[in-house]
Amino acid sequence: MKSKPRVELSRPVSDEVRKTTCYMCACRCGIDVHIKDGKIRYIEGNRDHPVNRGVLCAKGSAGIMQHYAPARLRAPLLRTGPRGSGEFKEISWDEALGIAAGWLAEVRANDPRKLAFFTGRDQSQSLTGFWAQQFGTPNYAAHGGFCSVNMAAAGIMTIGGAFWEFGAPDWDRTKLFIMFGVAEDHDSNPLKMGIAKVKKNGARFVSVNPVRTGYSAVADNWIGIRPGTDGLLILAVVHELLKARKIDVDYLMRYSNAPWLVIDAPGTSEHGLFARDADGKPLVFETVTERVVPKGTAGARPALSGSYTLQDGRKVTPSFELLATKYLDAKYAPDAVASETGVSADTIRGLASEIARTAFDEAIFIDQPWTDMNGERHEGYVGRPVSFHAMRGLSAHSNGFQTARALHMLQVLIGAVDCPGAFRFEPPYPKPVEAHPTPHGRAEHFGSNKPLAGPHLGFPRGPEDLLVDADGKPQRIDKAFSWDAPISAHGLMHMVIANAHAGDPYPIDVLFLYMANMAWNSSMNTAGVIKMLEDKDPATGVYKIPRIIYSDAYASETVAYADLILPDTTYLERHDCISMLDRPISEPDAVQDAIRWPVVEPDRDVRGFQSVMLDLGVRLSLPGFVDHRGKGLYTDYADYIVRHERRPGIGPLAGFRGANGDKTGRGAVNPDQLKRYIENGSFFSAHIPLEAQFFKHANKDYQDFAVRMGFFDTPQPVTFQLYSETLQKFRLSADGLREPFAPETHRQRIRETFDPLPDWYRPFEEAAVERAKFPYHAITQRPAAMYHSWGSMNAWLRQIHTTNPLYVPGPICDEHGLKDGDWVYLISSHGRIKVEIARMEAVNSSTIWTWNAIGKRKGAWSLDTDAPEAKKGFLMNHLINELLPPKGDGMRWSNSDPVTGQAAWYDLRVRIEKAEAAERSEPAFGKIAEPGGRRTHPDELRYGQEWAK
Amino acid sequence: MTSLPAQEPTRKLGLVIDLDVCVGCHACVISCKEWNTGGYGAALSDQDPYGADVSGTFLNRVHTFEVIPEGGEIVGEAGEARIVHFPKSCLHCEDAPCVTVCPTGASYKRTEDGIVLVDEDMCIGCGLCAWACPYGAREMDLAAGVMKKCTLCVDRIYNETIQEIDRVPSCVRTCPANARHYGDLADPQSDVSLMVAARGGIDLMPEQGTRPVNKYLPPRPRKPLAADTGQLLLAENTEGATGFFAWLDGVLERL
Repeated sequence: MKSKPRVELSRPVSDEVRKTTCYMCACRCGIDVHIKDGKIRYIEGNRDHPVNRGVLCAKGSAGIMQHYAPARLRAPLLRTGPRGSGEFKEISWDEALGIAAGWLAEVRANDPRKLAFFTGRDQSQSLTGFWAQQFGTPNYAAHGGFCSVNMAAAGIMTIGGAFWEFGAPDWDRTKLFIMFGVAEDHDSNPLKMGIAKVKKNGARFVSVNPVRTGYSAVADNWIGIRPGTDGLLILAVVHELLKARKIDVDYLMRYSNAPWLVIDAPGTSEHGLFARDADGKPLVFETVTERVVPKGTAGARPALSGSYTLQDGRKVTPSFELLATKYLDAKYAPDAVASETGVSADTIRGLASEIARTAFDEAIFIDQPWTDMNGERHEGYVGRPVSFHAMRGLSAHSNGFQTARALHMLQVLIGAVDCPGAFRFEPPYPKPVEAHPTPHGRAEHFGSNKPLAGPHLGFPRGPEDLLVDADGKPQRIDKAFSWDAPISAHGLMHMVIANAHAGDPYPIDVLFLYMANMAWNSSMNTAGVIKMLEDKDPATGVYKIPRIIYSDAYASETVAYADLILPDTTYLERHDCISMLDRPISEPDAVQDAIRWPVVEPDRDVRGFQSVMLDLGVRLSLPGFVDHRGKGLYTDYADYIVRHERRPGIGPLAGFRGANGDKTGRGAVNPDQLKRYIENGSFFSAHIPLEAQFFKHANKDYQDFAVRMGFFDTPQPVTFQLYSETLQKFRLSADGLREPFAPETHRQRIRETFDPLPDWYRPFEEAAVERAKFPYHAITQRPAAMYHSWGSMNAWLRQIHTTNPLYVPGPICDEHGLKDGDWVYLISSHGRIKVEIARMEAVNSSTIWTWNAIGKRKGAWSLDTDAPEAKKGFLMNHLINELLPPKGDGMRWSNSDPVTGQAAWYDLRVRIEKAEAAERSEPAFGKIAEPGGRRTHPDELRYGQEWAK
Repeated sequence: MTSLPAQEPTRKLGLVIDLDVCVGCHACVISCKEWNTGGYGAALSDQDPYGADVSGTFLNRVHTFEVIPEGGEIVGEAGEARIVHFPKSCLHCEDAPCVTVCPTGASYKRTEDGIVLVDEDMCIGCGLCAWACPYGAREMDLAAGVMKKCTLCVDRIYNETIQEIDRVPSCVRTCPANARHYGDLADPQSDVSLMVAARGGIDLMPEQGTRPVNKYLPPRPRKPLAADTGQLLLAENTEGATGFFAWLDGVLERL
């Protein structure tokens, strides 16, 4: 009997497909949005898109519920109740922009420093940075300081690029993939696709992470390391490789500063710096003719070890001699680091052995001749198929910068940067430090009603580039680029509110934030930050931070603490560009960027933040935003994306330039550019020729390609900086040998942490607190189905993670008599939380953890006040202070990396105590009202019921 | 009481799920919800969607288990404790107890491809099928009062209005880890059958006698890093830097 055809099998899915770019996380996948009856029917991955090739994660597929969430803001809001009450009145855009422009104009005229403008998960930093520069405040940055600046700064300073947005593993060719501490909500589809390829190809996947969830769960080998000791593990691997002579000497000689001669003159201002010729070119010792020549001299065969004397009598040594001597020391032997790292010596030896075997015994060769920057022709590309990837697990420690440097050093030692099978750069990277600006923000860089003299953010080459005054005091509100955090290339957003509240280094008038939940999960010491935002000057009754402007699309906790809200659109209602001027979506083989466009029109009185910035730019008559008569240059962000030129012929988008849309990289403005992008699936891709695809740091064809594309105006090859002269300059300042001298207060810390060779030291909090009193680590992990605090307002995603238990390792449970469902106090030197636990075995035995940002404030995100997220959900943030415990030196140091200022989220040390059972986690906070009035909270959703057949 | 097809379906369409690469990201769970809430039959409702007791109908869920292999040492970093992410939806059993238990004939197994479906017009929402299914793969939609289950995206796989390459279940198309595969398990030469043969694919709970069409691929065997230490032979028997630099000079000579 044949079944009756009871099913309609070929119903059209939708009326129309609109292709745009996802923004449910920072992955930037291509999506096909199916529109039916004017509503979103279905969102799927774009098969043609180079980032995701058709796949899409849970967040991306849940875009419908994000787009229609009740938590969406509906209109501009002006605060009517006290801060934190959530009481606002809706106002018109004209009124809102008038108020904002009034506040900002006053600051710009009187003292531009009094505006602190910081953005969160912003994908338009080339616009927001440009705006801030034209406004003239020195106080601008995005959120990198509390995200992964250690990774970015260490990568750029060592190899000219970092992981993720600067490069990717060569997934198709790699034979050993080693991943350190990666957040599962970032770059997640490319990583999942890559891991699947690695496993299908029979390659080995090793994951180093204290917690074995997500990616680590499918790893061939999981190394459940003790948090904050990754650097020591890496240096032990380096020790083993040196001992076994498993390094790529030819690669080191050609592409790194291993042969550069370091001056050996203790007690002088030159000690530890590179010897240079009259043109400033570093010198090497040529072994055939036995003389000192500038690096890059044709035919030179430079020494990597030995001691030499320059003609002027100065003693010098190749930097590699210092490197090898350092890491061959027995203190880096696997047996010596096993107990500190929690990784057995045999596992470390096995890891080193696998790296060596794969890099050298399984080397690959691609038969493609290429030419290097010295004009030397190579027959093909030699590949060392060992690839690495790392992110916040390394980064969010106070030793993270040095740890990330150590990892990059390991890559270079085995010749595994931008070769087949290894980590490969994505254009516009690699980019040497010299091609980045130095920071701007000293007193001479700004003034009343004028733009800042140059970009805010950059890389100081030495202490002379710091943004400090004559007394060595910080100039920026976040104290970035000061002696506290000299190479804080992304600023220190996590210090802004605390510093502004304390008036240290000075008070501010306006705090302007975009898309960063600083009154909740994006701040350390959340309860303290809330108090700072609520705190008033007792004499005047004015808030210590007088005016707060905030832009967000959703009713986050931070909305309740702002005075003026500029409501943003959802990601499906806006224009955006994922720009070559910022962080594009390039792949190792292709130059790529992308756009978003309104695939549905807003049904509320909201505006895309970038268009609002352009409007404010006109109201403030900022150069670059108005013509000489004060008339606005751009109608909105879409217009800016097309017509703005940063340099002649170079704009936000690289594709479809020129009058006919046939120019790439450089080209005249094309009025039809956005149309061309939309027709192409909202992205653009241009392939790199095969002779330019590898060794980009030293490949002449690539460098010429980069100039043609407009990344640079002249070739910018990179020599890998294993030994960092910049760090040594800071040490000389700390030793009082080279001007400017470091303040006495900072000298010891700089001496201990600015080693010019990658180094490991115990994270600051662990070093500061009594280990016996706080014997465990506490960290967070990112669930793959949520992105930061986004997700709880999403009816589908919140069903996956409605609450977050505290996961406690079995041995700790046994020691404290704890079982699933028990309640505990988790106590740090700063605070205490009371939460419910779950037992877990697949975790480092001293590491307690929970999911990040599931806990919500009562009333926020348009959830009911008894929602589990607000009742049982909790934040680890309450245990983490933005300051380190007092050391008795009279200073209060930021809880950050001493080099970059990166927030040291994962340095947290805790103890655990059993508590009485409860219904609600602690600390609990008062309810906040829904901004602009209560939304309709449906009792039931039946999305798509009208289409049921 | 409803009958299964008298003859075995000639095609047995189903899923093969690779537990070696599933990272538990829930992409398949949400994509399934999204496709099916506007597709076959009644919407997949959510109750108290922004409140305390949120719940909803899902046709596919991922369960996460912590597994300690027998003999594995149960201590954190030194041990073998593992997390297994286990996606689960209707397995389109050949001997589907959910069909035979159905009092109205609403539940049925298709002769042409073996897909188990519910005719929602005939479903009285009695819930017997959910009770009979040993896998817990059926979910009663509280708003519609009818039983919902995986349809293998029957309204995608035969849908001539979409590209041929996209005529696969939504969960398969979206899976970022390539852990989900779809095909005809009656054809021994199909990609999915070959995969099952090569990787030792297994039935879920075979003792239940349901003969599921869907198969699971077990995690590949793993070899500890510590087992590889012997491969790193020291070039020379020197511990310190002096021997290293002598070696280095030799290498540079040869370059």
